[in-house]
Amino acid sequence: MENENSTLQLTCLHDRHLALCAKMSPFAGFDMPIQYSGITEEHNAVRNAVGMFDVSHMGEIFVSGPDSRRFVNHIFTNDVTDLPAGKILYGMMLYPDGGTVDDLLVYKETAPDGFLLVVNASNIAKDEAWIRENAAGFDVVIRNESPDWGQIAVQGPGAEKAVVEVLGLAEAAPLGFYEFCETAWEGVRLILSRTGYTGEDGFELYTTPEKICRMWDKLLAAGVVPCGLGCRDTLRFEAGLPLYGDELSPEISPVMAGFSMFCKLDKDEFIGKEALAAQKAGGVARKLVGIEIHDKAIPRAGYPVELEDGTEVGVVTTGYHSITLDKSICFALVDAAYAPLGTPLWIRIRKKTFPGEVVRKRFYQTNYKK
Amino acid sequence: MAKIIEGLKYAPTHEWVRVEGGVAVIGVTDFAQMEMGDITYVDAPEVDDEVVAGEEFGALESVKASSDLISPVSGKVVEVNAELEDAPEKINEDAFANWIIKVEMSDPSELDALLDAAAYKNISE
Repeated sequence: MENENSTLQLTCLHDRHLALCAKMSPFAGFDMPIQYSGITEEHNAVRNAVGMFDVSHMGEIFVSGPDSRRFVNHIFTNDVTDLPAGKILYGMMLYPDGGTVDDLLVYKETAPDGFLLVVNASNIAKDEAWIRENAAGFDVVIRNESPDWGQIAVQGPGAEKAVVEVLGLAEAAPLGFYEFCETAWEGVRLILSRTGYTGEDGFELYTTPEKICRMWDKLLAAGVVPCGLGCRDTLRFEAGLPLYGDELSPEISPVMAGFSMFCKLDKDEFIGKEALAAQKAGGVARKLVGIEIHDKAIPRAGYPVELEDGTEVGVVTTGYHSITLDKSICFALVDAAYAPLGTPLWIRIRKKTFPGEVVRKRFYQTNYKK
Repeated sequence: MAKIIEGLKYAPTHEWVRVEGGVAVIGVTDFAQMEMGDITYVDAPEVDDEVVAGEEFGALESVKASSDLISPVSGKVVEVNAELEDAPEKINEDAFANWIIKVEMSDPSELDALLDAAAYKNISE
């Protein structure tokens, strides 16, 4: 497809995607690769071997200054009070009503006051504005360095071998899941993090655009499979991970989505805490569930979830015929009364309805490094 | 480059028709399967269902999206390609060899509104 929108941003790896004849599409304001060889092949490469993703579009916002720890705790649902250098926490930023501003990773850097917030590409400008707006009264420095950083995610059971042997980064091996180190590659600053969005072991590497391109070329030459956003979505979905905009949004709080474990209500305070506490105590109208249907038809985002008599009780947020599990499954927001596991529900797909039932959202048994 | 076969009729919605007497054999074009990627499911009508020219008669599902199938002609479904039920990927392998439905046409003059190979080539590049 031709790039018709000249305002689209390009990542540092854009010319490599074109050279590989990737199918490109706009995503979050960037012209991004959706697939190279095919979603199924790329998906299986990550589950069974090793793949790599250009995630240079993601946002990197640094927070430092004397009040940084207290400030991050103010805007973030998880608790960074005792977060040591080299550790990472997942969580959300919330509006006062409990709606989600974004979901993000918070890295505690070696510098005593240094934090890195890695945010969704689609939300970089909104997040930066939100962070600045809520920094009044805190002695902090906020730097949005998103354009300065490239990022590759190397994911799959072969990820450690690829990062250690192809890139020569021995320091990757001892890292546990959600740990990172600040190191260097070819003399340039590198953040090496054992994280990902696939349900497999893997790493995310942040460095300059120039070095990201060199890493990409080396990994490609070594047989690491280039993977597009298409399989990034099928992989994260199987692993039960939310996508902002689908499973978390200003209308969908982490309590509705079932991610309360990342919201520490025993913290002194954070924006949205009272609203979440009220939702936990009083219940929510709708909850995010997994649904499996016993047919090859595929539930897609927006399709209605119904009772047997046709009463609409919810809507699909993401759905696929799972590549790894060979089942038609979806996430759906449903009236809380129908959220318990095993509840029979029907999904309307075009002219027919298909029976199914509520199942655990983590469809796929993840293989993270212990 | 997407393959185009001479002698078939084409709909602008990327279905092809091969006329066998009063029966239209209908499939999707190579261009369509390339655009969709890995096809995982064919939602086809049943034998004896009526289809209407210009209206949806089913859908193809790829991993990423579903895409409506639009009937190029009106009539009654007389055969459905049962092979595709368990092997939808055959459409990716050869979109022209793997037809989806056969329709007994109620108005063969509808064929005149379809494109020939040269005209279809112009809109599928």
